[in-house]
Amino acid sequence: MKEKVLTSGDISEIEKVYEHFPLRSAACIEGLKIVQKNHRWVSDDAVKELAELLEMSPAAIDSVATYYSLIFRKPVGRHVIMVCDSVSCWIMGYEGILNQLKDRLQIGYGETTIDDRFTLLSICCLGTCDHAPAIMINNDLHRDLTPDKLDAILETYK
Amino acid sequence: MSLELMMAKIFIDDKPYEVDGSKNLLETALSIGLNLPYFCWHPAMHSVGACRQCAIIKYKDADDKKGKLVMACMEPVADNLHISIEAPEAHAFRAGNIEALMTNHPHDCPVCDEGGECHLQDMTVMTGHNERRYCYTKRTHNNQYLGPFVNHEMNRCIQCYRCVRFYKDYAGGNDLDVFAAHNDVYFGRQEEGVLESEFSGNLVEVCPTGVFTDKTLKKHYTRKWDLTNAPSVCHQCSLGCNIIASERYGTIRRVLSRYNGDVNGYFLCDRGRFGYEYVNSKNRIITPAKSVNGLFAAITASDAVQEIKAIINTENNIIGIGSPKASMESNFLLRELVSPQNFYAGVPAQEGKLIRQVIEILDNGIVKTPSLSEAKTYDAVFILGEDVTNTAPMLALSLRQASKNEPNEIARALKIPDWNDAATREAVQGLTGPFFIAAAHDTKLDDIATGTYHATPDQIAVLANTVAGNINKQLSFATADAETEKLAGTISAALLNAKKPLIVAGTSLYSEAIIQAAANIAYALKDQGKDAGLIFVLPEANSIGLVMLADQYLEQAFDQAVTKESKSVIILENDLYQRTDKTATDNFLQYFTNIISLDYLENATTRNSTLLLPAGTFAEAEGTIINNEGRAQRFFQVHIPENDIRSSWKWLAALTAAYDSSLVNLDQVIDRLITAFPALQAIESAAPPAGFREDTQKIPRSPQRYSGRTAINADIHVSEPRPPADPDSALSYTMEGYVGIPPPALTPFYWSPGWNSAQAINKYQIEVGGDLHGGNPGKRLFESDPNSKTDYFNIVLSSYSPKEGEWLVLPLYHIFGSDELSAQSPAVAERVPHPYIALNDSDADKAGITEGAIIEVLLSGNKKWLPVKLKMGLSQGTAGLPKGLEETAGITYPFYTTLKIAGND
Amino acid sequence: MYTLNDNIEKPLTQHIKNDGSWLTLKEYESTGGYSGLKKALQMTPAEITQLVMDSGLKGRGGAGFSTGKKWSTIDISENASELKYLVANADEMEPGSFKDRYLLEGNPHQLIEGIIIGAYAIQASFSYVFLRWAYHLAGEALTQSLQEAYDAGYLGKNILGSGFNTDMSLHISVGRYMCGEETALLNALEGKRSNPRAKPPYPSNSGLFGKPTIVNNVETLSNVPHIINNGAEWFLKLSKTGEGGTKLYGASGKVKKPGLWELPLGISLRELLEDYAGGMADGYQFKGLLPGGGSTDFLLEEHLDVAMDYASVAKAGSRLGTGTIIVLDDKTCPVGMVHNLERFFAQESCGWCTPCREGLPWTAKILNALETGTGKADDLNILEFHTHYMAPGNTFCALAPGAMEPLQSALKYFKADFEMHIHQHKCPWNS
Repeated sequence: MKEKVLTSGDISEIEKVYEHFPLRSAACIEGLKIVQKNHRWVSDDAVKELAELLEMSPAAIDSVATYYSLIFRKPVGRHVIMVCDSVSCWIMGYEGILNQLKDRLQIGYGETTIDDRFTLLSICCLGTCDHAPAIMINNDLHRDLTPDKLDAILETYK
Repeated sequence: MSLELMMAKIFIDDKPYEVDGSKNLLETALSIGLNLPYFCWHPAMHSVGACRQCAIIKYKDADDKKGKLVMACMEPVADNLHISIEAPEAHAFRAGNIEALMTNHPHDCPVCDEGGECHLQDMTVMTGHNERRYCYTKRTHNNQYLGPFVNHEMNRCIQCYRCVRFYKDYAGGNDLDVFAAHNDVYFGRQEEGVLESEFSGNLVEVCPTGVFTDKTLKKHYTRKWDLTNAPSVCHQCSLGCNIIASERYGTIRRVLSRYNGDVNGYFLCDRGRFGYEYVNSKNRIITPAKSVNGLFAAITASDAVQEIKAIINTENNIIGIGSPKASMESNFLLRELVSPQNFYAGVPAQEGKLIRQVIEILDNGIVKTPSLSEAKTYDAVFILGEDVTNTAPMLALSLRQASKNEPNEIARALKIPDWNDAATREAVQGLTGPFFIAAAHDTKLDDIATGTYHATPDQIAVLANTVAGNINKQLSFATADAETEKLAGTISAALLNAKKPLIVAGTSLYSEAIIQAAANIAYALKDQGKDAGLIFVLPEANSIGLVMLADQYLEQAFDQAVTKESKSVIILENDLYQRTDKTATDNFLQYFTNIISLDYLENATTRNSTLLLPAGTFAEAEGTIINNEGRAQRFFQVHIPENDIRSSWKWLAALTAAYDSSLVNLDQVIDRLITAFPALQAIESAAPPAGFREDTQKIPRSPQRYSGRTAINADIHVSEPRPPADPDSALSYTMEGYVGIPPPALTPFYWSPGWNSAQAINKYQIEVGGDLHGGNPGKRLFESDPNSKTDYFNIVLSSYSPKEGEWLVLPLYHIFGSDELSAQSPAVAERVPHPYIALNDSDADKAGITEGAIIEVLLSGNKKWLPVKLKMGLSQGTAGLPKGLEETAGITYPFYTTLKIAGND
Repeated sequence: MYTLNDNIEKPLTQHIKNDGSWLTLKEYESTGGYSGLKKALQMTPAEITQLVMDSGLKGRGGAGFSTGKKWSTIDISENASELKYLVANADEMEPGSFKDRYLLEGNPHQLIEGIIIGAYAIQASFSYVFLRWAYHLAGEALTQSLQEAYDAGYLGKNILGSGFNTDMSLHISVGRYMCGEETALLNALEGKRSNPRAKPPYPSNSGLFGKPTIVNNVETLSNVPHIINNGAEWFLKLSKTGEGGTKLYGASGKVKKPGLWELPLGISLRELLEDYAGGMADGYQFKGLLPGGGSTDFLLEEHLDVAMDYASVAKAGSRLGTGTIIVLDDKTCPVGMVHNLERFFAQESCGWCTPCREGLPWTAKILNALETGTGKADDLNILEFHTHYMAPGNTFCALAPGAMEPLQSALKYFKADFEMHIHQHKCPWNS
């Protein structure tokens, strides 16, 4: 019997969310977030198990999961770097930051370092444009960046 | 439903029109006959405003010269409204919209199956866009395997969202969806696999491009313009959906939906659409044959006729066995040939009596039996003893729409027009109206059910009676237990509260009690002043027709053959081994010297026959069949095969001494039929007679552009042969003839200038989405009589009493598998389940039986070993066998059986 | 960082601590927080709506629609739906905008109080704060503050003995700029793809879960407690040009002091750019700016005296939008800037309607071709065509028309720069 992805902890966390919604299907985004928070990404199996839990079809779950940019349907590393590539960061030189990261980590957008430590993604305007360029790593905001500041920042993410 | 027809005067390009005030501008323009392009709107699914193709200019008033660009599908009709379709700005926008769609559309036309009946092609030409400015790459997608019916080619997608709207919102499916975002949106399954919905085939017509196409057609692809077609009627269940069947090079290539505003509307189920390939089977009987020393030898048609005529002339009491699959005309002529007293309806008495009961109820007309389409308008539904998704699939589709009526009032209260699909569904939030299912097990309509009840047929009948008793307190039926009383209370309250309550029952569980109890409920509702409806599901395409011609059945044939000292039997399109147990059938057949079978496919009966005549299927025959609502519908021959296959009635006419065979045509047979059976008068008006002409012309079966007529037979003879004559209909086997919209019963394909796809149906309708010009085809035999006196049934429950250690075995129906003919079509055959026996979960648990365990059962006296299936919702003490599979042929239901785990002794 | 010693009244930001922490409930109450709620609960819902209408408060999310008028579309009679919703749109994702973040991270209770008052005005029994994922700190701030508000009896049953019940919940989104569009936001809250909805019906009729709903921006709602406390006249007088209130203005790009300032609504662009943002950074000349985020039309030197209010900016041919300016300097390629914007909009398209889904990637590809030196003469005609093809009303929602604003104005004002790319077969700024 194949091991399930969703733990009983996941399930009770998701079940608590139902109270906020009149329909169970309305909880599917919350469900996806909880799965991702606890498992780093949402696999095909997770989609199917979540579907069963929410009494929806896997297609309905995945229709939502694949639409939203911050639900990861492929594995990601321990730390996800998101580089803002919107207009103010572009004016203020985000490309320098991106190139430095690519060079340092030897990965491009959508890729993960061999040691599974970092995944590199782009993200749209982070809403901190007066401190551009900016990136996020996991839930942390890093701004007023110059390429030389990056090593120290990356160092703090093991 | 807007009961009041509010008219409004609008001006389109300065021309005034009086139109229906409740509609949107797109359907209004199309109903007027104007050519306004569109994609995402659909007459059955209404408006969402996504594709932006139907742009028009809307003016503030008569003086406003500038106006504003709006989407016609999302704009309501308003009195004194001025709009323009032809304004240059609107034209430019619509052409630009096509240009935008073309940026990613592949140049597949020459190799795309949709070409020639492609809505995108038509709309592109209509807007005039013809020059590519986009010079960059196109987005591409991977395709998915979706099963044996539907092909997937996502690069062609124009993202109109029609597929998911039909599949999910209309048909209730949940394994097809839209994924990803922006110009990467993808329409498919979460992972590859067979599409689960029984209506998946409609995607090939709903999709305006070639993303979803007919996989069975692809195996023998032919362009639409190269097909010979005929208006026909599906023979694979009792609903009689209208179809168009198409041929080239002597094989049937595909089946499309034929619009009938009273029956199937725009759609078909997958059994009807993809179940036709048995017509092309290598197991077809294509020549008359005679059994000589156990082997069949082909003989000529005239030899066969002579030989059979000789038998008829010398023998008395030749038994004739008719078929619920055969046409009225074929059954009738057999009856004439063998004389009425020797003609038997070829179904078991148990089934025949149920069909007769239904006929009586329809004939009495105490309560209305709505058509398949009208069923959509009822707002509370109670199904008794039927797994409708599998016994009458298109009825399940209608009932799904019915379940939306009551909650749609929420949207109406918010002043949301009926045609505003997305807003209606948002306001309704997935609520469904009162919908109750009393069945033997879980069914696929359970997802919309307010309440379900799984029980034996008798228990279902008791529930139904209790409901009737709640509705009409004067009825004194025996009371049920507390739980049943409670459920009955809920159901009766819902039915009484509804505007139009509908009761659905049928013959599937072989229970007279269910049929009568269903009628009782409907009668009780009527006596309470409700506008109630009553629909019965019957076993086969012409069950009603057959039983109207005979009231003696197979068992009587088996008995009377001996007493009548019959030596010969003529069996019409009927494999008796499918109907009763093997021993009884063997004994019956072994009794005769001559067994003459008219049939299409080799089967156990034909293998035991002495003489075979190749019968035409719906594709090689014409005739009339009567559907479950008592509608007589005519089906027409698609092509004349290059072998001896012909309509059974033509063989029988040749054999009937009273006719000179060279003069007989269908109309003459019908004439005789209705003279003998005045109650069947309606058959005559099911279609125009053979002498009908449009002006002086026949209706061609092939489109004008049909090609290769000379080349097709060039290997046989250089000169082009004369097209064969068709004495039986007003259709011709050519592409020459009337170019225009023929009478609905004679429509072999849809085409109008500029409209090559199924969307051309708009031009055939009085109002888009409504009735056809000339009326929807078919004629009902029975109508309700509001003044008729209600006559309740005294239900007699079966005298079965369950014994310890025995299970009541009931039939489980499969859309793919339970219909004998379609199951022999390769694509459908892939979906037929392996034989199994289904048990109640806790019964199995107690007996130590797990899913997949092999059980030994006694079927018709023979031991069979079958794997167990659980989680089907069967009630305790019942078991289920899949009906109609090879291994479960000829079983009489219900019956009691013991169960033994294989290997345990 | 944003404090300035000027004598401007700054109700929204004056108490924000600027040390990275937010005002706790106690701290907020000590500044007079929740007195607005107390006062409001003494009024009738209709009175509150009227007051907000009189104050002239306009939607600060970018649309600029009268907030009071929006609230008045909700039926609060006895025939009304029992279940109604108020949603705070904290999904700030407009490129170049960062004003709501400041309020959320600095004074979450101010927003909460505004929402509760709004909920009372429209008799909503439930409110949501729809917060974008990236504002993680704001999420923590709101989570803690909601709990504090419940504990203090400002949320839940019989608030402050008024008999009014309302609940509030935080929903953190999972991406997609479209979620900022109010009807798409409602779909996201319902757990669906954030496609927008057609109007009519309006959310006030059929909104969240089909119930009457109002969606307001964070900055808009944050003004409400102050309007209740100080009145409509006070609010109107705060602004320079009479539209009412202060505005959070921001500046990003190559200016000396990129930042965020609460100023009277209607200060001039010049004041914002030169006095507060300090003018262009050394070595850079002003070329143009987008006055209100990525989906507004460019304005030039000649427009710098325009008042930054809704009507004046519209008259100048652009939109106030979010009021955060994105400055284009002379060393940055305007074609590149527009390319960046169109790529953003193309990728953020939800994929529902044809012009946006197919047109935006096409414009992005053309701009890319121009930038990489493969642009053709006809490209400018095609770009021009798209600005008409995706005009307001032609698409299903405002995303694509918004995307066309920087493009159409760039074609108008920087045409020569576009032509240089074509004639020189390269980007003159990138060599």
